[in-house]
Amino acid sequence: MKLLDVTNLNAWYGPNQVLFDLNFELHVGGITTILGANGAGKTTTLRAVCQAVHTTGSMTFLDKRIDGKATEDIVRVGIAHVPDGRGTFTALTVEENLKLGAYTRKDRREVEADLERMYARFPRLKERYRQQAGTLSGGEQQMLAISRALMLRPRLLLLDEPSFGLAPLIVKEIFEIMRQINQEDQVSMLLVEQNASLALNLADHAYLLETGKIVLSGPSADIKADESIRRVYLGY
Amino acid sequence: MDSFLLQVTAGLANGGIYAAVGLALVMIHQATHHINFAQGEMATFSTFIAWAMIQAGVPYWVAFVATMVVSFVAGLLIQRIFLKPVEKAPILTNVIVFVGLLVIFNAFAGWIFEHTIKSFPSPFPVEGMFLPQYFSGHQIGSITVTLVVLLSVFCFFRFTPLGLAMRAAAFNPESARLVGIRVSWMLALGWGMAALIGAVAGMMIAPVVFLDPNMMAGILLYGFAAALLGGIDNPWGAVVGGVILGVLENILGAYVIGSDLKLTMALILIVTILIFRPYGLFGKPIFSRV
Amino acid sequence: MSATSKKIIFILSAIALLLLPFLLEDFRVFQVNLVLIYAIAILGLNILTGYGGQISLGHGAFYAVGAYTSAILISQLGMSSYLTIPIAGVVCLVMGVLMGFPALRLAGHYLALATFALAIATPQLLKYKAIEHWTGGVQGIVLEKPTPPFKLVLFGNDLSEDRWLYFVILAIALSLFWMAHNLLSGRVGRAIMAIRDQPTAAAALGVNLTIVKTATFGLSAAYTGVAGALSALAVAYIAPDSFPAFLSISLLVGVVVGGLGSISGAIFGALFIQFVPNVADEISKSAPWAVYGAMLLALAYAAPNGVMGILKTIRKRKQV
Repeated sequence: MKLLDVTNLNAWYGPNQVLFDLNFELHVGGITTILGANGAGKTTTLRAVCQAVHTTGSMTFLDKRIDGKATEDIVRVGIAHVPDGRGTFTALTVEENLKLGAYTRKDRREVEADLERMYARFPRLKERYRQQAGTLSGGEQQMLAISRALMLRPRLLLLDEPSFGLAPLIVKEIFEIMRQINQEDQVSMLLVEQNASLALNLADHAYLLETGKIVLSGPSADIKADESIRRVYLGY
Repeated sequence: MDSFLLQVTAGLANGGIYAAVGLALVMIHQATHHINFAQGEMATFSTFIAWAMIQAGVPYWVAFVATMVVSFVAGLLIQRIFLKPVEKAPILTNVIVFVGLLVIFNAFAGWIFEHTIKSFPSPFPVEGMFLPQYFSGHQIGSITVTLVVLLSVFCFFRFTPLGLAMRAAAFNPESARLVGIRVSWMLALGWGMAALIGAVAGMMIAPVVFLDPNMMAGILLYGFAAALLGGIDNPWGAVVGGVILGVLENILGAYVIGSDLKLTMALILIVTILIFRPYGLFGKPIFSRV
Repeated sequence: MSATSKKIIFILSAIALLLLPFLLEDFRVFQVNLVLIYAIAILGLNILTGYGGQISLGHGAFYAVGAYTSAILISQLGMSSYLTIPIAGVVCLVMGVLMGFPALRLAGHYLALATFALAIATPQLLKYKAIEHWTGGVQGIVLEKPTPPFKLVLFGNDLSEDRWLYFVILAIALSLFWMAHNLLSGRVGRAIMAIRDQPTAAAALGVNLTIVKTATFGLSAAYTGVAGALSALAVAYIAPDSFPAFLSISLLVGVVVGGLGSISGAIFGALFIQFVPNVADEISKSAPWAVYGAMLLALAYAAPNGVMGILKTIRKRKQV
């Protein structure tokens, strides 16, 4: 069964159309990445999945239609979004941020257990659990954002440019953690990234977006191996 | 010395009332990050409803609770119907809506209940249960009620998931949606709760200042000042702010400026607070990394 | 529209404006005077709120100060009525600049709140016993309308005090509107609007925020103060209760009705706040303000850019 099946997706910001007839699919357990330059429409694609922008076309998640639903309801279906800029509640504490990730869950004891697991995986968050989230460093906020999304126990994790504004060492750490999360917790991922080499190393499948259209798609191993594609489209 | 103490205690009692109004404002601000200019008029209208029930023979506490419920529902509906359409509009448009509501409530109160001054009963015994030479029964009673409301508000925001969700929705509605919070309903709830608190404040004040459509105008201002003084996001601060203001008002009124300039004093206080301590005495400035 | 037709319309309008007072009864002329006065006051507020982005719910205070300055100068110092008008303007300019300083620290709701407090406190301040000797206390000050300097009869109506005042007010209004138009369409206007939209960027481009913001406050106050002074002459009576909090609210309503950041919109705003309460009175004798409030709400939802916004939309649709 496909995890996410997107057909003929178009998206608009007001009167401006930004995505043109996208077709892509995600499989359970996989990591897929969407690459492209600034302004290609990558962030918009993630927003479209969450129905935070006006769209036409159909989107099916685990055989249920999600287009036309409100963002709050898509969350309840099992999709968690780590937006660009992290989207942390900067005025609230680290722990409050994490608890909010589990807002829609009813299993209190499991939530507590998950909280402890997050702290185990990210000891730095545990140290700062009572601090205002806005005082955390960029890398810590990214960890917080990912943890908050994981508190939902999502089937699918959407990540918007997790490497943005972070030092290379931290980025490495975070990408390693993402690999672990995918393998240990079986969380599928849709990753939007500008840093193509990082993304291709992590993901198993890739789509390349250019001014709102998909121009390339294939297993990331193939794309990595093909020098001409890399030079022309990805700049390395 | 004795008369000074009397001024202080009278100030404490008034302060409790300002605190209650301040709490309603803090509540709305926590939930929506807006300041509701119509709060006073809504509270007055609720008090009129209570008055009408009592006139019709309904026992006091039944009318009290019924008014709280009606006000809650009304506040919720007002947000859904009048404020939702302008949720994304600029601040000025929201201010216009608040002002429109203010005017409408004031007018309806005058229209339905007329402008004659009415007396409103107090449910508390005449003699104070505690320090009767300084506090009347009503003053003790209303201070107690204010403290109960305060505690409830504080615990709600601090310890309940719903309270946390409401705060999150106000700070960052986009992110709130991404964790599944129904942001619009959070705003509506905030309004409902604020209307409820406002109704309680109105019912506590009315026995003291008598009930007429313009009852709350000056008190609203003091409520604002109280909320600001304590830090607009801090329920405890609103109470402390209210008490400080109540006492200050009475002391300054009795010994310094005379009671004619109370509103001016509120004005000066508000401006001074906003300039020198915009987060109030207890508010936390919010840090965000650029 | 060709240049010739524009000229013809201009000349016809000028003639109409000049003849208007003689075609109406005294009382109607009085109402027209008030409309012009409100238009000036609303323009003043628009400079601050529409162009400058600083919300003021307290402009009634400047209106009151302008009115009282004029009234006190006339009644206590016997000054000529006309001279008091620019003086009132200057007094309010200074007051506005002074208020501009604390306003630098406030924005949005907080500024609206602080100015609202000013609006509520104004009547009380005016009744203060310590300054009663000047202000006349609760009873206020009674004035005489200035006498027309010559006699004239047109269409069977003579140049009464109200009609003479019409011309005085019209002249002042036209000059003030013209001045505002020039100011706001030039560098100054752009600086003011830049601060409203992107203060950080504006500062980075060399706009001195402090000077521009306080000057905007001052100018705005001066305009409204002049309107206040004119109202003292036109009504010939002022008292603390002539300037309740609702006045400040009405002025803001006028700005919104006319359209934020629109100079010509001020006239529509003035017409609204002068006549709508009367219309509301007709609809419901017992709750005219409720109807007023309902109209406010309707405006907020349907026409957030005011009348001028609607006109612009119509014009755009016609072009397409």
